[in-house]
This record gives sequence, structure tokens and C-alpha cells, in this order.
Amino acid sequence: MNIHIKNGRLIDPKNKIDAQQDVFIADRRIVGIGTAPTGFVAEQVIDASGLIVMPGLVDVAARLREPGYEYRATLESEMNAAVAGGVTSLCCPPDTDPPLDEPGLVEMLKHRARSLNQARVFPLGALTYGLKGTELTEMAELTEAGCKAFGQANAPLTDTRVLMRAMQYAATFGYRVWLRPQDSFLAQDGVAHDGEVATRLGLPGIPVVAETTALATMLQLAQETGVTLHICRISSAAGVELVRAAKRAGLNVTCDVSMNHVHLTEMDIGYFDANCHLVPPLRSLRDRAALRAGLLDGTIDTICSNHSPVDEDAKQLPFAEAEAGATGLELLLPLVLKWVEQDKVPLLDALARITINPAQLLGVKMGHLSLGAHADICVFDPKASWKMEPAALRSQGKNTPFNGFEMVGRVRYTLLDGQLVFQQ
Amino acid sequence: MNNPQLNKDGELQHLLTTEGLPARILRDLLDKATDFVNLAEGSEIKKVPLLHGKSVFNIFFENSTRTRTTFEIAAKRLSADVVNLNIGSSSTSKGETLLDTVDNLCAMHADMFIVRHSTSGAAHLIARHVAPEVHVINAGDGRHAHPTQALLDMFTIRHYKKEFHNLRVAIVGDVLHSRVARSQIHALTTLGVPEVRVVAPKTLLPTQVEKLGVQVYYDMAQGLKDVDVVMMLRLQNERMQGALLPSAQEYFKYYGLTQERLALAKEDAIVMHPGPMNRGVEIDSSVADGAHSVILPQVTFGIAVRMAVMSTLAGAK
Repeated sequence: MNIHIKNGRLIDPKNKIDAQQDVFIADRRIVGIGTAPTGFVAEQVIDASGLIVMPGLVDVAARLREPGYEYRATLESEMNAAVAGGVTSLCCPPDTDPPLDEPGLVEMLKHRARSLNQARVFPLGALTYGLKGTELTEMAELTEAGCKAFGQANAPLTDTRVLMRAMQYAATFGYRVWLRPQDSFLAQDGVAHDGEVATRLGLPGIPVVAETTALATMLQLAQETGVTLHICRISSAAGVELVRAAKRAGLNVTCDVSMNHVHLTEMDIGYFDANCHLVPPLRSLRDRAALRAGLLDGTIDTICSNHSPVDEDAKQLPFAEAEAGATGLELLLPLVLKWVEQDKVPLLDALARITINPAQLLGVKMGHLSLGAHADICVFDPKASWKMEPAALRSQGKNTPFNGFEMVGRVRYTLLDGQLVFQQ
Repeated sequence: MNNPQLNKDGELQHLLTTEGLPARILRDLLDKATDFVNLAEGSEIKKVPLLHGKSVFNIFFENSTRTRTTFEIAAKRLSADVVNLNIGSSSTSKGETLLDTVDNLCAMHADMFIVRHSTSGAAHLIARHVAPEVHVINAGDGRHAHPTQALLDMFTIRHYKKEFHNLRVAIVGDVLHSRVARSQIHALTTLGVPEVRVVAPKTLLPTQVEKLGVQVYYDMAQGLKDVDVVMMLRLQNERMQGALLPSAQEYFKYYGLTQERLALAKEDAIVMHPGPMNRGVEIDSSVADGAHSVILPQVTFGIAVRMAVMSTLAGAK
């Protein structure tokens, strides 16, 4: 269908465009920016007056809970949540049940996702069988099945020899390795940042050194093996500094942070709010400031939702026993806009962190609106303010630490591959 | 953030922690406990009808003899009906969740819950969940808080020292795992004790413990110098396993309270311990049974303090 999006403010970070320009779509692709191609006849016109038109968001961490955890969420509910949040491409970690360690599982997931025709799903494959940290998965086969990178999600990989070999093997084929740095011995039993709040509440702590010692090991092994390494969910100031130094030294490393950590700190736990039981733990104000600084100077490449829907019963427990995680797909854009407003970040730079940057580190062609690109588009109202009410979320996971927050910015239209898949 | 322990009139609705409570409330509880002590000493009849017709449920998800018994005695002296539940051996082992258990007991018209649980925050969770007319007393949650123990400690200190504003207090031992220590620290600082010290090896102190308003000592002799009150903590045997300490013997040698070490404190210093004691591990028998020890009076005062807490909560609207 030929679609004309008119009167909107177009922001396309990859092409450094921030201007009042119309977008023309035909055959699922962008065929015109600013002026219509000759002979273009619109079958549908979207009036984007007062709205911002941007590439569909790319989220590098969203758990869809399929297969295995359908009681928490299903592909239907979560893909629906994705497009309602303007997210058109997402990457799901391999910690499903069973984990994504077999090509058949990955193909099934891709097929199920495709048939729903909502957002594009790019699975991360398991780096080791069963995420057990002992045997390598068939990375080449998994890549053919559609995996974009390999990781351990939150499962530990304590054997450094296995880690090094996994990196060597991945580097052989040019595959990306995605790891969340956390030393499992130092983090053992921990449920909160090992700091003032955990001390006050008597919560077992996860110290910053649990992140930095693991990170230092990963960076050294990456240097040794030449693998393309992506650091997931960095949480501490000291961790940001290690990545910054590694990038400066020319290492092939990228890094992401969850939107929760851009906005919250250990203080938000208050009196044992289990919605703030997250992985990694929310850290100190100083750490949050360093994460924001890392985002600004490019040390941190992208912000993800770290969408992890949890069922209500699993949160109605004492803090340490409650399951970690929060819903996030529908909050990614408004929380990035909140950061833009609070830190006076240029919108073009901020939106790069949820479009072209994550697309590049996933190695996919999405995240921009160049001529000929897939028409994955998010149109949002930058002035619409709304109050975060969990019941109104499309995600099956209703738990969020942002319950009751005032948000600004609301998605009006989402297009996937030139088709309108969401509007409100 | 609303204080979950107070109702909208600023009265005590639940007792979950000593943190964040105004000094006025702590002092009122201690004064009320004094009345109950006098009552117990001054008459043959120990019972008063303040909680007559009320149902108090002791729900203990973790074993305890002393705390549960003193709560039970306190409730009975207030004429309440007391039900003791050892949940550790019943419902939750059949898969029932904490809040399901509480809902069932609420359906039996419980007026007050006294809760002990091995996880920090359990009492807060229950307090958030119950109807507004139900009261919750935290009898110990994980490493977080044990407010009635801290209150009886404050009562004991006031009994022997009269004032708080001129005291130097040392808390010695496993602060990291101790809910008692956390509650003591908050109570002492709230009541105006100018100098609270913690004395322990680094492996038994939580990160940034100084943010709680205490001074940190790693050396026992320096830590005890000229203190008015020594509050010992229990050392669990399992601490030897987690690479926190090499041995009980070495611990006693460097952090055990002996007569020689106690001599560094003020001449009239008192020695306290929340029990149960490990003689020869954290405290020498000659000190535990010696002239400075107020460990048994602590237990006696514990009943009056718990009566004061229960009757105060029952009086809150």
C-alpha cells in the first residue's frame, strides 16, 4: 500500500535529519523523503501534524517468555506491547525454557513471531548448551536459523577457559558475543546493590566489584581472541570507566544500559518495593550519573527496555524472594524522552541510541529511514502527557517501578514493513 | 514516601522497624513499659484487660523459643487470646504463599500478627497487605530488623543509665547478619546517644555501615575504651563456613568479651546480649554471669516492653 505521512517532524539519526519533511512509502519501502516520487498516489494519508516521525525503535533486550514461560507472557501479548511502544525490532535473550540452544527452537520462534506480523524478532542464541557454561552450542547452525549473536543471558559462565574458547570460536566466524558482566561468586545470594540501602534494609548485596572483575576478565579475553564483544546491562560507574578505557584502547566492544538504570537508584527500593528488584541491581546516585555520562559520550551505545514480564504472584513476596524483572517495552520511548528533558540531550542524539546504534550492533539493516529502507516507522506525540497505569499496559507483565509516574510522549502510529500495525 | 508504620494521625499502626520512628514514640513506649514493670512488681495480679477479646497470632516462619514465649506471655497478661503457629512446619512447606497464609488467618478474625521470617522485608509485605484494623509486629525479619529487642535494650539502658544523651555505646560482633544490631543502631541514634560504635572484623560489617551513624572500630580494645554500654551480638556457627572467619577460637581471642577487655570500659559499664549466648565464642562466662551483666534483666523487661507495644498498637485507631 502507498502511504503518505505528511506534516510531521522527521527525525532520522542515521541520516542526521531533523526537519519538517513528509515520508512516502510504497511496496513496504521508503520511496520518498520530502518530495513524492513521480507518479506516487497515496492510498492512505497519515496526518502527523505536531507529531514526530522516526525510525521504529530497536530494543536489544526484551524477554518474550516463549517458549516455556507462557504464564508470564506470550508472544501475542508482548509483540502487541512492542508496537504500542513504537518498537519494531527487538532482540530476545536465550533464557527461555528450553533455552535457545537448538536451531529448531530458534526457527520456531522466528516463525511464530513472523506469523504475528507485529515486530521483528532477532533472537540471541545460547553461547553454551542449556546455558550451563560447559559446552559450546552449534553457533554456525544457530546463525543460519536466525540468531544475531550469542550470550548467556543471566546464567553464569564461571569457567574462564570455556569463555575464552567460546570467544575464539565465535571470532572464527565473526559472530558477536553478548555478555552481562557479573562474577557469580561475588554476587551469590545478592538481591540489591551492596551499598547504603542494602545495609539499612538488611538485604544481601551485590557489590560493584562483582561487575568490574567479570568485566575486566571479559575485556581481556576479547582483546586476546579478537571477538566482537557486547557488554549487556552495565550498572556501575566503575564498569562504565572500564568500557570507556577499552574503547579508547581500540577494542571492538559495545555496551548497553537498561532504561531502569538511567532513571532509578537503590533509593527507589524504599521500603522493600519488589518492583525495584531488578537484574542487575539498581545502584547509587553516583553510578546513575556515570551511566548517563557514558550514554552522552558514546561509551554506552544503546538504551534497552530490558523488558522482563513477571507474573503478579511472583512479586507478592518478600523482596529477596520476589522474582526479579519489570515490564518495559511500552515505556522505552517515554523514558528516553524523560532523559532528554532532564539532561537537555539533543533529540537526534538520544534517538540514535534506540534506533541506528542498536541496529548496527545487532548487524541488522533497520533503525533508519533512508531511501529504499524497510518502512519500520514510529510516529509519536512529543507533548502528550499521561500517567503510568499498569492496568493500561498491553504487556502481560504489569510490574514496573514506574507505576504512577508522569510520562510525556505517546506513540500514535507504528508501521512495520510499510503496514500500519498500531494506532491510537 | 509514607512511613508504613504510622497511620494518618501519626500514631503507631504497626511496629516493623525502629528506623524512621520519632523519638516521641520510642519514649512513650518505654514509659508505658515502665508502668507495666511497676504493675508486675507491685501487685499479685499480673493480668490487665487491655487486649480482652482480641486475637493475637504468633506466626513464626523461623524457629524461636524466647521471643515467641515472651510475646505469648505479654499477650496473655494483656488478656488477649493467643494462637501460636509454627509455619515453618506447616503451610508454606505445602506450597502456600506467605500472603495466602496471612489471608487465611485474617479470615479467622486476627487482630494482631506477630511475625518472624527469615527474609528481610516480610513484615513490611504483610503490613502493606492486611486490612487497616489489623496490626503487625515484626519479631525479626532476615537481617533487617528486630524492633522489640531493640526497645527492650533501650529500656534496659534507660533503667541502668537514666539518660541517653551522655552515653558511649559499643555494639560488638556480627553486625552484617544482625537484625538486632540494625534496630539497636536506629533506636540509639534516635534517642540521642551521641556516640555509637560498632566493633567487628571487616567481614562481619555491612558496606557503608558508617552511613547508619556509627563509628567503626576493628580493634576490640580501642572500641571498648571508656564505653558506658557494651552490646554483644550472637555469632552464628555457620559464619565459619562462608569464609567470613577462620575459627571460633580466633574470633574469641580477638573479639570475645573477657574481663580484661571489659576493664577498658567505664567502671560502671553494663554488658548486654540479646541471647542465646555462645559462651566462649563471643562472651566469656565470667562476664556473662558477672557483676556488669544485665542479660537476665533484659529478658524480664522484654515482657513489659512487648506489652507496651501491643497495647499501644491496639489503642491506635
